[in-house]
Amino acid sequence: MVNYNELTCHELKEKIDNQEVSSEEVINSIFDRIDKIESKIHAYISLFRDSALQDAKVIDSQIKKGETVGRLSGIPIAIKDVMCTKGKFTTCGSRILENYIPPFDATVVERVKKEDAIIIGKTNMDEFAMGSSTENSAFGYSSNPWELNRVTGGSSGGSAAALAADETILALGSDTGGSVRCPASFCSVVGLKPTYGLVSRYGLVAYANSLEQIGPMTKDVTDCALLLSIINGNDHCDSTSAPFQNKSYMNALVSDVKDFTLGIPKEFFGEGTEKAVEKGVWDAIHKFEDLGANYNEISMPHIAYSIPTYYLIAMSEASSNLARFDGVRYGFRAEKSEADWDEVFGITRQKGFGAEVKRRIILGTFALSAGYYDKYYLKALKIRTLIKNDFEKALSKHSALITPTMPTTPFKIGEKIENPLSMYMGDIDTVPINLAGVPAISIPCGFVNNLPIGMQIIGRFFDEETILRIAYTYEQNTPFHNEKPNL
Amino acid sequence: MFNNRLHMVKKLDNAQKSTQLEKNEVKIGLEIHVQLTALNTKLFCGCTADYRGREPNSFVCPVCLGLPGSLPVLNKRAVDLAMMVAIALNSQISPRMIFYRKNYFYVDMPKNFQISQYDKAGGIPLSIGGWVDFEVNGAVKRVRIIRLQLEEDPARLFYQGTIDSSPYTLVDYNRAGISLLEIVTEPEIKSADEARLFLQKLRSIIEHLGVSNGALQGSMRCDANISLHGGKRVEIKNISSFLEVKRALQYEIIRQKQLLRRKSTVEQETRHWDADRRITISLRTKETESDYRYFPEPDLVPVEISKTWINEIQSKLPELPDARKARLVKEFDIPEYDAGVLTSSKALADFFEECCHLYPDAKKISNWIMTDLTRYLKELGIEISEAKIKPEHFIDMLKLIDEGEISGKIAKKVLNEIVRTGESPREIIQKENLIKISDKAKILKIIDKVFEEFPKAVQDAKTDQNAINYLVGQVMNKTKGKADPGITNKLIRKKLAEHPTA
Amino acid sequence: MIKVTKNPTISKKQVEHVAWLARIELTEDEKEAFTKQLNEILDYFKKIDEIDTSNIKPTFHVLDLVNVLRDDKIEPSLSKEDALKNAPQKEDSFIKAPKIL
Repeated sequence: MVNYNELTCHELKEKIDNQEVSSEEVINSIFDRIDKIESKIHAYISLFRDSALQDAKVIDSQIKKGETVGRLSGIPIAIKDVMCTKGKFTTCGSRILENYIPPFDATVVERVKKEDAIIIGKTNMDEFAMGSSTENSAFGYSSNPWELNRVTGGSSGGSAAALAADETILALGSDTGGSVRCPASFCSVVGLKPTYGLVSRYGLVAYANSLEQIGPMTKDVTDCALLLSIINGNDHCDSTSAPFQNKSYMNALVSDVKDFTLGIPKEFFGEGTEKAVEKGVWDAIHKFEDLGANYNEISMPHIAYSIPTYYLIAMSEASSNLARFDGVRYGFRAEKSEADWDEVFGITRQKGFGAEVKRRIILGTFALSAGYYDKYYLKALKIRTLIKNDFEKALSKHSALITPTMPTTPFKIGEKIENPLSMYMGDIDTVPINLAGVPAISIPCGFVNNLPIGMQIIGRFFDEETILRIAYTYEQNTPFHNEKPNL
Repeated sequence: MFNNRLHMVKKLDNAQKSTQLEKNEVKIGLEIHVQLTALNTKLFCGCTADYRGREPNSFVCPVCLGLPGSLPVLNKRAVDLAMMVAIALNSQISPRMIFYRKNYFYVDMPKNFQISQYDKAGGIPLSIGGWVDFEVNGAVKRVRIIRLQLEEDPARLFYQGTIDSSPYTLVDYNRAGISLLEIVTEPEIKSADEARLFLQKLRSIIEHLGVSNGALQGSMRCDANISLHGGKRVEIKNISSFLEVKRALQYEIIRQKQLLRRKSTVEQETRHWDADRRITISLRTKETESDYRYFPEPDLVPVEISKTWINEIQSKLPELPDARKARLVKEFDIPEYDAGVLTSSKALADFFEECCHLYPDAKKISNWIMTDLTRYLKELGIEISEAKIKPEHFIDMLKLIDEGEISGKIAKKVLNEIVRTGESPREIIQKENLIKISDKAKILKIIDKVFEEFPKAVQDAKTDQNAINYLVGQVMNKTKGKADPGITNKLIRKKLAEHPTA
Repeated sequence: MIKVTKNPTISKKQVEHVAWLARIELTEDEKEAFTKQLNEILDYFKKIDEIDTSNIKPTFHVLDLVNVLRDDKIEPSLSKEDALKNAPQKEDSFIKAPKIL
């Protein structure tokens, strides 16, 4: 008896195309699983059972008639609640958008719909993508399927948990400072942050515009290449989107890294990295050696400044992006009779935003304010140049760089939430990548005490092919992607 | 010794006078916002730019409504049109321009930041510098421009009653996102009237370029920064037309002068011009320093403006008012003064030239336009572009005078009618029976009546010229001005000569 | 016991002012808590002063894109219903916002 919800997209697609299984059966299988365990995981904010079944029936009838259907026909996909889905709630994990229904789809949503994917729900996230644990959601935290009292990572924690728990086949997340890769690492799934500009940001509710990208989150590397193949490519609605046409990445799925030269930057294995994580990643590096690649230990001297650099830029941009939430055109509005606009805005935002969001808006406003702009915002942008140069230098000599995705295995729920700075420090291995704009993928590379370890593979600008290939090779030669949590 | 003292008094007197001048010195700088109404779409999205008269909120999209997840994309033609203005104002176009976010909260802001441009902290606007030359009391005055920049218009606000009594605000986003060109001047304008003349010239330039139609409501707005000696700088916002500028400035100058006379302080603040009540109201309720936290717009990329692009725009630049003025003098042999008045408005100059194509006497056309036509338009409170009069009708009227069908005096009445109704002069004179009476027999009959009614005047007329005019006047009264005055005069004289003394 | 407090990087008054710039009306508790937390964070961020960036240009965009422009062509707008759908308060076709003064 096959549990269809446990399969990968490429496995399922074959069966759907052969009419071995109907899309409706697949959807039912997913929702059965959700009914069984979602109360433990809380991966979703919204579920679209009825519309999903309806969409499935339409696809099934088209397949029966022999009509051409899309590359994701009948496949369930979960979308992080930070991306606009037309006619469906899009909350960004925030009270201030609790009842917001966008009148348009994000470009990536349009693209997956065009390929006949079936959107089954919107996943939980840290409010406005600000967080690394999904504990900042206004709708409650998500639990890590590997150990329910531990965090999923964030901010795309819901998408990662849903994949790990087989509550979806495919998922989309967004990554501003590690928000795809961190939960991928903590939940032992695959998560890729594309090169900045490869995927359209139109319809992605902005947190930090110059840093973020939407990325595929999947059960294996093949699915990742497939989903990336569908969402990439220039969008005339996004002025920052790269001028490249959509292309396929399936040719990257070659199991061969012979003569690849891998860079191992020591600053990513710094103080705070768990010994087990360090060992797990080094085992992987040696595995690559066995498979014919070679490596160099290198230094990227400005990585140490990544955290303040990232947060100053991200918070500054965020403080401006989130100004629009004032309760006039959409969202929550506080009631106060006789109050003028100034007061109503002030109370609406005080009540509607969570603590972490408020902290970041205030810090960001401060960093941009008169007298502090040069000292904080501009200074950070200059260090960003140095970090970007570090990557360009390192990647000019190496096919890719290998690092841990996170310095630790998933921590306990509640462990870091009272201390914002300690939470930020966990981003040390992911934020440099966003600052530089290069692509990076996180894949499972082992477990310690049943807790996942993730390996990060960083590539050159627009060279997703190489990192997919390296990831695929590793996956083909290791068992970790086949492990499932005991739920 | 007396001479010395007189000399001292004179000196003191002059010294006082000059401090008085300084004391009364007014410094006005203008921030003009011109909507690029010639565009089809808004600055950053494809919604129609033709928003006037539409149902509220019926021409908006995620971008101009500021919905989360929306992104701006720059309209190329907006850059083209803005470049035309920069060139016409002698402003230096930046080779690489960037958009900045101006962060502030207000009810008319879809995103609570405005995508605009900046000229400090690494910001690069569309163009820097420039000037406008215009005439004040017969002399040429130059006001320098600081910069030109592109930015988006906020939404329109409506109130129940007035801004300070309305219990809520109604917002229409149809205007949000419309392309604005901001022109900032140095504070070199010295009076409300100078401001009016400056703006008139600026509007003529802009309309000759074809980038904006000044007759459209709200298409050219102005904020003014005004400071008087002894007071701080006050910003006046919400001046919604160039016509309102003079009123708003006059009010504010008086308000500030009164405060200063009473030795009160003129605070640095922003005030709102209420066009209905014709007063300025303070908008800020607490001491605030505007901190716009400018930073480069991360959702837009820089625009590199090449020399090729600039040349392309420059080569297609239409004729500007000053050039047109010179051409009109040359081509139509009219005085410079006339040409200046006519080119103060593109629509007026267009009207003049069209008329000249239909009639050989340009000076006559010019005279009629500058005097009677202008007066009638002013009385009706409209501009020529809003009036129903067509060049053909105007010329028909002149021809009717030439043909002797109507007198000059009657023609003025006819012109007034044409302006109001748009009917042709022939229709009007038929309708109102205004045809000139040249029939001598008819006129003689009326002269006989007048001679009967005014015997004393007739007596006087034999020796006094004024009395003859009086008699002519009475004939005109009786004929409602239709009698040909020349013929009337001749016939009266003849009659007087024929009957010397009764 | 004498408690020595060093000069905070951001004072409570500054937090209040910045919160006002951002139109977030903080509660008294929030002002206290945030002042403490933001000082901790900013103290850590002081790290950036260690690097000499006097000759370094800032990176605003990681890609060197320029001149992304669109034609002046009209695209369909949202229907009025869609435009107004999410507004908490409306009147006729207007969106209703709080009063100005």
